[in-house]
Amino acid sequence: MAKVEVTLKKEVHDPQGTAVENSLRALGFDGVQRVRVGKYLELVLEAETFEEAAAKIEEMSRRLLSNPVIEDYDYSLQEVE
Amino acid sequence: MKFGVIVFPGSNCDLDAYHLVRDVLKRDVEYIGYDRRKLGNFDVVILPGGFTYGDYLRSGALAARTPVIEALAGFANSGGLVLGICNGFQVLTEAGLLPGALCRNDSLQFRCRQGYVRVETNTLAFTGKAKNGDVLKMPVAHGDGSYYAPPELLRDLDDNGQVVFRYVDRDGRISEAANPNGSTANIAGIANRRGNVVGLMPHPERAGERALGSVDGLVLFRSLIGHLQDREVAGNG
Repeated sequence: MAKVEVTLKKEVHDPQGTAVENSLRALGFDGVQRVRVGKYLELVLEAETFEEAAAKIEEMSRRLLSNPVIEDYDYSLQEVE
Repeated sequence: MKFGVIVFPGSNCDLDAYHLVRDVLKRDVEYIGYDRRKLGNFDVVILPGGFTYGDYLRSGALAARTPVIEALAGFANSGGLVLGICNGFQVLTEAGLLPGALCRNDSLQFRCRQGYVRVETNTLAFTGKAKNGDVLKMPVAHGDGSYYAPPELLRDLDDNGQVVFRYVDRDGRISEAANPNGSTANIAGIANRRGNVVGLMPHPERAGERALGSVDGLVLFRSLIGHLQDREVAGNG
């Protein structure tokens, strides 16, 4: 299984993050410095090796899961039964 | 001279575009299904507004990875004229046929209102019948219309005359209030480097009849028709 995180690049304005940040402050969470909203995807895929799985996830992330103009991605892999 | 309108699951301005070309401008127009692998013979292909594939993942992202868009890329690379309106603009950026990206409106609200854009580049097939500085009244209706380009791309767009429209007030002045979505430098529409692919967030196809409150959108379509007529004359001469 792959867990993929897609996040807005730091230079891209994130109005959702700002709205969540403001709501947290309104709830009294004074220490909140910054909130950024991203996406989390879980993929179950077949592959012979971790390397093969990683290569597939990289390509999927580049070609569809993220938009490289505005987003970065990161992922982790784990074996499932 | 033939126009095509690509129809995806979730397109909802396809009828408006088709109606404008057929009934108002009296030109040939045909729908192009999303499952087509070849476009056929067209001079202009319009990507209409809507919410293709529910705009899941990102607006226009899933539509941009369909075979018909691969065919459209071939059409654009061979010089075919492509106009993306609203969601069609988002699809073109997602497909890499136009640079930059369209992000969530800075207000987080869906903006549906009449507005104004200023023509910034009238040397294109899409704007040949307009003058630079012309102010056009056209509605916007979108939630993800905030144009983003990194600084170096923004410079390129300016240097190459690729910014086609900017949001302005009715007097043609750029202001924050006139910007419905927080777009960088009030950018409402851009062209590719070659100038044969244009995308814009406002809806020119909904500003083509007096009953709709504006006919200012017609200048885009009349420019395209004029351009194609000139090309036909040149071809026959």
